[in-house]
Amino acid sequence: MYRITKAENIADKIFLMDVEAPRIARSCEPGQFIIAKIDEAGERIPLTICDYNRETGIITIVFQVVGASTERMSWLKAGDAFRDFIGPLGVASEFVTDDLEIVKQRKYLFVAGGVGTAPVYPQVKWMRGHGIDADVIMGAKTKDLLILEAEMRAVAGNLYVTTDDGSYERKGMVTNVIEDLVVNQGKHYDVCVAIGPMIMMKFVCLLTKKLGIPTIVSLNPIMVDGTGMCGACRVTVGDEVKFACVDGPEFDGHLVNFDEAMKRQQMYKTEEGRAMLKLKEGASHKHGGCGCGGDQ
Amino acid sequence: MDVNVLKRVPVREQEPKVRATNFEEVCLGYNLEEAQAEAGRCLNCKNAQCVKGCPVSISIPAFIQKVKDGDIIGAADVIAQDSALPAICGRVCPQETQCEGKCIRGIKGDPVSIGKLERFVADTAREMGYVPKAPEKTNGKKVAVIGSGPAGLTCAGDLARLGYEVTIFEALHEPGGVLVYGIPEFRLPKDAVVQKEIENVKKLGVQIETNVVVGKSITIDQLMQEEGFSAVFIGSGAGLPKFMGIPGENANGVFSANEYLTRNNLMKAFREDYDTPIVGGKKVAVVGGGNVAMDAARTALRLGAEVHIVYRRSEEELPARVEEVHHAKEEGVVFDLLTNPTKILVNEDGWVTGMECVRMELGEPDASGRRRPVVIPGSEFELELDTVIMALGTSPNPLISSTTEGLEINKWKCIIADEKNGKTTKEGVYAGGDAVTGAATVILAMEAGKAGAKGIHEYLSNQ
Repeated sequence: MYRITKAENIADKIFLMDVEAPRIARSCEPGQFIIAKIDEAGERIPLTICDYNRETGIITIVFQVVGASTERMSWLKAGDAFRDFIGPLGVASEFVTDDLEIVKQRKYLFVAGGVGTAPVYPQVKWMRGHGIDADVIMGAKTKDLLILEAEMRAVAGNLYVTTDDGSYERKGMVTNVIEDLVVNQGKHYDVCVAIGPMIMMKFVCLLTKKLGIPTIVSLNPIMVDGTGMCGACRVTVGDEVKFACVDGPEFDGHLVNFDEAMKRQQMYKTEEGRAMLKLKEGASHKHGGCGCGGDQ
Repeated sequence: MDVNVLKRVPVREQEPKVRATNFEEVCLGYNLEEAQAEAGRCLNCKNAQCVKGCPVSISIPAFIQKVKDGDIIGAADVIAQDSALPAICGRVCPQETQCEGKCIRGIKGDPVSIGKLERFVADTAREMGYVPKAPEKTNGKKVAVIGSGPAGLTCAGDLARLGYEVTIFEALHEPGGVLVYGIPEFRLPKDAVVQKEIENVKKLGVQIETNVVVGKSITIDQLMQEEGFSAVFIGSGAGLPKFMGIPGENANGVFSANEYLTRNNLMKAFREDYDTPIVGGKKVAVVGGGNVAMDAARTALRLGAEVHIVYRRSEEELPARVEEVHHAKEEGVVFDLLTNPTKILVNEDGWVTGMECVRMELGEPDASGRRRPVVIPGSEFELELDTVIMALGTSPNPLISSTTEGLEINKWKCIIADEKNGKTTKEGVYAGGDAVTGAATVILAMEAGKAGAKGIHEYLSNQ
């Protein structure tokens, strides 16, 4: 069992948890992910690592409620435990294994969208830990959905925050900020790392391709085992079919077939919808009444 | 009981129509009376050919003699000298090409049903509370085994019996490897059979740590340098599923057999009370002709689909066990033989709508000795489908080989290991099973696990 030492609701439907997983905390690097399984009947849920502490053996995860399994996960409290917690999985970010002197000469731009801020954070923290100031763009739909802002501010070089509705700092999409920085302000970047919703990564890549900035994205396709065995996470990168779990999750964003990847993410939508209904029904039965709330 | 010595005692099975709708075990096995009648057909040959046909050399006539005598625990003891997983082997070994294929009875009539007798002994002994004998004390030497499939469990069991302190590291959340994620419940019951045999291995003193992905959570070098293991056996199994490389293969509704079976077997997607979803399909094609293809086809059938096996050679070349092909046919799986897919047809939303295929004929034998299938020109046709399952085998997983300095792989990326003792190119590291040979059978993995245990014992005894 893997004990949860902290569980927080950090924004609408977004949760942060600290989990005791010493083997993973000892060996994980930025860019990697874990798989969590709540209990015997639970799914294997791939989640990005938001932070790790080698001394205390704690892994921090951040997740958004998108279906029945993540809903059930959000009910867990400090003191509860995951039945299974597996990792680290996938390949570490390229800069971890690249020659540090070369990495230090590069100018990095990180683009974090929504809950994608979680996997970007350990990368920027790694940069700061190695004396590199990286520019970071954080985007969210609205102010209330912005997460880890203070944490990111503490490790980023320049931090640019934008909201789709203009409720906080800049107004607009992350792509507007990239354009502003590169085109208007004339900033130069050698590498862009963009992590967020698939549609955001697609549009960031269309823009950076035009601007000539090599871009790395992190994909979160459907997975079962996460060790290369099932092939559910296959994704077309250039002319090749890659498995996100063992070849990724990070790929050259200019080569990823996003349209196919987005279609593949829809594969279990019907089943997920049904499962969510069943879960809500079960929960409303537990609470009594029809679930419409009229009895409360 | 009347016995025609030329004919084997038939084994009771669930009716095909009934079993095609459930996940209960197909074969019901012998009872004591049937087992003793079948055991009576064994000639107890002095120079027993069946033992030579068995990869782990079980003393077959000796255990069958114990069955004749009604001493089932005695029979279990005889088997336990050579096999830690008899209830599993009795169910999944290709006996027709091994022990039973060599049986003298088979020259004139049916060979003795050795597999069914082994299964009877294992099941009955387990129900009687049989526990294999553990050593009284350990020798203090630690060995790590990577993977808890048939190779790993066998290697661990043998080493524990020799007095070693063995820890198995398993990447998934359940021990058992292919026995749990791959082979379906209706062929190999998980709680009643697999878990019980794993419990028996644990009773020999073997520790199992799940959720450890060696190569990621920890490396082999760390196991040896930091965690005090004197030797390591790699039984990490087969790897990444192969696809055909035809257009449309990444469409929604195309699965590897590994994914389809893992969702259903390991994650129990067929059960309402488990969370993992599966797209059952209404009309399913399974591409391939091996045991995994049969397992996937019969699983899809039980989930309510019309199922076709699409295989490019003829029935004679099907690599699956004869019993599996027979069972699949009985249950209503359609065999589209001498047929090869060329393209998967996909709709606007990215879902499978069908498969374009060509008819094949058999030409001259190829390097494998099997007649090579050749396309019949102009034979293109379409199969209407909503699900395609690719059961084409696997290629090795690089997780361990790429993170272990000095561990060499061959041109197929399989770990290089000596067949006799599992010795790899790295000192103290042994390997066996699918990680070395590529996808093969449970019993061959067990044979490699045994060889690895022998190799490790020799290595550590000489230190």
